[in-house]
Amino acid sequence: MEKALIYSINGPVVRVKDYSGFKMLEMVYVGEKKLLGEIIGIDDHYTTIQVYESTTGLRVNEEVYHSGAPLCASLGPGILDNIFDGIQRPLKDMAALSGMYVTEGKGIPALDQKRQWEITFKVALNDEVEEGQIFATCPETSLIEHRFLVPLGVKGKVVSIQKDGKYNVQDNLISVLDKHGKTHSLTMVQEWPIRQPRPVLDRKTIHMPLITGQRVIDTFFPIAKGGAAAIPGGFGAGKTMTQHQLAKWCDADIIVYVGCGERGNEMTQVLHEFKELLDPKSHKPLTDRTVLIANTSNMPVAAREASIYTGITIAEYYRDMGYHVALMADSTSRWAEALREISGRLEEMPAEEGFPAYLPSRIAQFYERAGYVDTLSGNEGSVTVIGAVSPQGADFSEPVTQNTKRFVRSFWALDKSLAYARHFPAINWNQSYSEYIDDLKRWYDVNVDRKFLTLRNEMMNILHEETQLMEIVKLIGSDVLPEDQKLSLEIARVIRVGYLQQNAFHPEDTFVPFEKQLKMLQLISYTKTQATRVVSTQRTVRAIVETGIFEDLIKIKYEIPNNNLDALDTYYEMIDLAMASIQ
Amino acid sequence: MSRQFKGLKEIKGPLIILDDVQDVAFEEVVEIELEDGSVRSGRVVEIEGQRAVIQVFEGTTGLSKTNTKTRLMGHPMEISVSREILGRIFNGAGTAIDGLGKVYAKQRLDINGSSLNPVMRKYPRDYINTGISAIDGLNTLIRGQKLPIFSGSGMSHNQLAVQIVRQANIASTKGQDFAIVFAAMGVKHDVANFFKRSFEETGVMEKVVMFLNLSNDPIIERILTPRCALSVAEYLAFEEDMHVLVIMTDVTAYCEALREFSSSKEEIPGRKGYPGYLYSDLASLYERAGLVEGKVGSVTQIPILTIPNDDITHPVSDLTGYITEGQIVLDRNLHQTNIYPPIGILPSLSRLMKDGIGEGYTRKDHASLSTQLFACYAKVQDARALASVIGEEELSNTDRKFMAFGRYFEKYYVGQGFETNRSMEDTLNLGWTLLSLLPKSELDRVSTEMINEYHRPEQAIAHFMVLESGQLDEIFRKA
Repeated sequence: MEKALIYSINGPVVRVKDYSGFKMLEMVYVGEKKLLGEIIGIDDHYTTIQVYESTTGLRVNEEVYHSGAPLCASLGPGILDNIFDGIQRPLKDMAALSGMYVTEGKGIPALDQKRQWEITFKVALNDEVEEGQIFATCPETSLIEHRFLVPLGVKGKVVSIQKDGKYNVQDNLISVLDKHGKTHSLTMVQEWPIRQPRPVLDRKTIHMPLITGQRVIDTFFPIAKGGAAAIPGGFGAGKTMTQHQLAKWCDADIIVYVGCGERGNEMTQVLHEFKELLDPKSHKPLTDRTVLIANTSNMPVAAREASIYTGITIAEYYRDMGYHVALMADSTSRWAEALREISGRLEEMPAEEGFPAYLPSRIAQFYERAGYVDTLSGNEGSVTVIGAVSPQGADFSEPVTQNTKRFVRSFWALDKSLAYARHFPAINWNQSYSEYIDDLKRWYDVNVDRKFLTLRNEMMNILHEETQLMEIVKLIGSDVLPEDQKLSLEIARVIRVGYLQQNAFHPEDTFVPFEKQLKMLQLISYTKTQATRVVSTQRTVRAIVETGIFEDLIKIKYEIPNNNLDALDTYYEMIDLAMASIQ
Repeated sequence: MSRQFKGLKEIKGPLIILDDVQDVAFEEVVEIELEDGSVRSGRVVEIEGQRAVIQVFEGTTGLSKTNTKTRLMGHPMEISVSREILGRIFNGAGTAIDGLGKVYAKQRLDINGSSLNPVMRKYPRDYINTGISAIDGLNTLIRGQKLPIFSGSGMSHNQLAVQIVRQANIASTKGQDFAIVFAAMGVKHDVANFFKRSFEETGVMEKVVMFLNLSNDPIIERILTPRCALSVAEYLAFEEDMHVLVIMTDVTAYCEALREFSSSKEEIPGRKGYPGYLYSDLASLYERAGLVEGKVGSVTQIPILTIPNDDITHPVSDLTGYITEGQIVLDRNLHQTNIYPPIGILPSLSRLMKDGIGEGYTRKDHASLSTQLFACYAKVQDARALASVIGEEELSNTDRKFMAFGRYFEKYYVGQGFETNRSMEDTLNLGWTLLSLLPKSELDRVSTEMINEYHRPEQAIAHFMVLESGQLDEIFRKA
């Protein structure tokens, strides 16, 4: 049979001439080093391959080998508490094998082949099993039970089954005989092509927030479980910090953190920090619910393009077991740039700013894989996607930000000037929005308070009023404003400094439960009502400021611990006393 | 196993194209011999069938289709390293130019390096005391960090880099060794000379490795310069257990060389004509900083960029900011008012600072103090904006205090001068002295305990009374 031989090499793009055996998007092994690649174009004479590893040293006329399958993720136990590169090579195992540098062409299996897992079967001999049904479970980490699903395309009668006990990932657990008379033997691992969404029974309407413990998000611009959010911001605006905070504190069961073309040290930081941090509910290390996909900026660019898909495939797999999964992608701009880079090497006609014309459709396909679903196994699960966007020159009109905006419903715009003043999270309240508020209204009414959204809107109005008043203050100073407007400025300051600003390094402030958020809002609202009354009786705002009550309100976030929220009720008396003291 | 070919097919700017070559490897090194016996070097940048595109580092002047012999060397670009490399001077492609001959090769390294496995990185935590308040107090430099200086033509970035080298205690404890790797890319001869002289004056010259690609040196060679420098730095750090500080100037010139190369290859340009892969290319340099698990040494990078037209959104500074762990931004206005170092506080940032300061590292109040200084200085800008409309006299008392705070902050805290070397303790205390000029109610980023411990208005006023020889700002005299 004829061989597929390399004809040309240009960075990560390799072409093969006069060979017609490859399928579109098939995974191939390139050259003697067996570098991983994917077929991305086939024309009359040439087959184009994008190579996921460095092509330095590759030669013309080396052979390209078939794998017969598209680029797949290996799904099975051992994914959690682990770190992979963009094409799911286990970085810890690689380090053990080849030291401090990432090396090419090492065919390391994604999942630990030797480790024994304690399997409990959920089906019995002669049971009929369906696609996506849970046939066994094992504890994957101290937090998460791994549920084994019957792979797609397998349906029938269980004809052989092992006893409960310890097995490794390659052991045959059950065999299923389908109606065509074919026997499928199932192990713990299944392969899934990363570019193809995993099927679900039904997509449900969004109705539950992803609770993050971050006031500006939970109260003002919430994200729903199964929703999609974008965090655009220039460098230094705090995208990564915000993503880390969400990964640490949000109430998802599983976190998939994709470091896509970002700094190596950030991944190291996540590795170390998450090991020491405990999940607020279960008091187990956060790493037990986290998987990291690290394709840092200096790792091959084609694998960066794949890392987003590897991440979301893993997220969907855990969703199918009935978990709520949150995927953080930091940063989707690097992924888009990888698309641009490859597109440029393929000499495709560029659209806006050199990005390929298919950029919007790729972004849409990615965010559409988020959702709240009924799974084939009969559970509910969700994938929430939170993508950071790094606009060039912090200019939100560039194509990646604009196209992302079309496909997400929460938009958290990070603001450089807030970051300069060290106001974190630097989410600008005038530019950000969340379309989920209406969907979540019922949940807020039932689980927080019927007044919660009214309070939120009241605070938003004060902030908007402040923005308008500041236009005047910038021109003539605040002294000439009427007293009621001066009061609005003071209250807005309390909201900004005491509520919106949140200190990620303060033990009490890094995560704030809804109960405290509600009580804080109520206090601010109460203060506003009382102060307005005082001001209406010809007393000055300055007099109220001098009582120090505003400073007390601002410091609530630090001084009232999350486990002693009743202490907040004493503030009503303090406010009354302060107002009464004004002559 | 080198193979030789006669003649060329095409010459296009810095690129030559060979035809009928067999068995050529991507990024392989090439030697081109001219009639007169002189040898130039290059590397394979694209292969298509039997056609190989080669980038010539020294330029293609004098080459013709017939007068050359091309040798394929069978390996990627390499540099010889050993401990003896210290104190030596090389050109941009790693050839010794100090007349001391070749370096003894203990190892030969591929200059492209390999990407560090994130699992093997050690998170940087030890701060480097640079003795410069605006850096130590507000943008602390951490060993293993990559912290660029964003500057513009005519500003004092070179002095700042030299001051850091002179004052920084790179090897904090005795017995630990340090080295400085200096890569000049497209800078003027005087600038390279200034650095060389300064290293000599500081008495560290035998710890310095210099790579010089000056502004009139071959442009394509510039693409290799930082790679050679970083390969040496990695070797010294991870094989010879040294703490290495890498100074690269000027990254903008490097990016322009890359742009020139890209356009001669007829690639599709991205923003401002720079290639679409500029981010990945810069990342392949900047990411070669850090610490490794199980190794003693470290690589700390201070790249210097002169931003065209002081526009921070220029692709070079923009992409750099996205990769590096913060940035020190020099400010034209401060520079014009004779404040040295003219570090623009608000846009500057050190991302690794948060984990290298505080109790056990510097002092407990450091983090809150620096945030408070940032917040107050941001308010100074608001007050100034207002004052420029209604005049300073019309401002409220608080705003006037902020104005005065801003002036003293810039004059004493930032503008400490080229010779001053402040200890961390002095820097922190000066920060509190400045904050003490403001009313307690304006300090919302520090805890009440810290205010009780450090907020000393009378002492602050007395302090500045001395510094200002009695001419203290009016607003404080009234009080």
